[in-house]
Amino acid sequence: MLRSLKFLIPFLIFVVLAVFFWQGLSLNPSTVPSPLIDKAAPAFSLPQLHEPDKVITPADLNGQVWMFNVWASWCVSCRQEHPVLMQLAKTGVVPIYGLNYKDAREDAIRWLQQFGNPYVASAFDLEGQVGIDYGVYGVPETYVVDRAGVIRHKHIGPVSQEILQNEILPIVRKLKG
Amino acid sequence: MKRLIVAPSPARSSARVGIQLLLALLLTLFAAQTMAASEAQVALGDQAVQERVLKLSHQLRCLVCQGQSLAESDSEFSRDMRAKVQALVEQGMNDAEVKDYLVERYGDFILYKPPFKPETYLLWFTPLILFAIGATVLLVNLRRRRQRVVAAGAPLSAEEETRVKKLLEGQAGDNQA
Repeated sequence: MLRSLKFLIPFLIFVVLAVFFWQGLSLNPSTVPSPLIDKAAPAFSLPQLHEPDKVITPADLNGQVWMFNVWASWCVSCRQEHPVLMQLAKTGVVPIYGLNYKDAREDAIRWLQQFGNPYVASAFDLEGQVGIDYGVYGVPETYVVDRAGVIRHKHIGPVSQEILQNEILPIVRKLKG
Repeated sequence: MKRLIVAPSPARSSARVGIQLLLALLLTLFAAQTMAASEAQVALGDQAVQERVLKLSHQLRCLVCQGQSLAESDSEFSRDMRAKVQALVEQGMNDAEVKDYLVERYGDFILYKPPFKPETYLLWFTPLILFAIGATVLLVNLRRRRQRVVAAGAPLSAEEETRVKKLLEGQAGDNQA
């Protein structure tokens, strides 16, 4: 009995490996888990896109659940997610703040005029320094920040209707209590 | 004399080929030069800083083009990160501090060499474990074989002797039949 089972060992090893590799196929290598989850949103102080003399800083947003969306006029995928953000902004469930990442001010403002502006305000990060603090490597990226100013969720890549409904909004609702 | 104008002398045509070759060579060199320039745009700063930035760039991953290090990649992301690394080095951070700074923001994945910690024990120890299993199987098999060889070399027991005899006789009987 034992002897005959011995011949199954290579087969079992194969099965285990196959399961792992099969799972690996469905993983997206470009989504790198962020170390910022459950950490305080990095502080910054940036001029607003529309009103350069006004400053945006995350500390001012404490006390509310908010979304932080990294975007740029040169970013193609941002156009893809834009209607979803516009719709979300209309519902008023959660305020969206933007980080206009390495963009030209006129281009960014024109882009919002053309496609609509879902943001309460956008911070203007010309150098991309704040982007580095937030671990941005692929625009668009979206963060959910809780009342205490702690990052609770990060989504890399365009936000689709499905991701909004199944991933982001449940977290927002939970955080809002 | 007239003939010379129509068809250039061998001497002249070889001179022309020489000039063409020289031009081609110069163009190739020039192209190589510009390529090198775009690959290592760290430049500026003094020699020591440059060397450290280059060394660090080889140990850090480009998150956009994940098969490449910051040093190998010429993506926007890598360029920004090299500039950031240079800025950090110039601020007086040592290599470990620069890496920690980036890991805090981008996670362990930014490091080409995975850190040694509980989450990665399996990764680091798997080769050792596999080696131990292989070595054990090999040793066990060798020992068994030696026992078999020793057993084979031993003189036959009385029981075996009679069995051999019986078999030989049986065979002889078969042949006669």
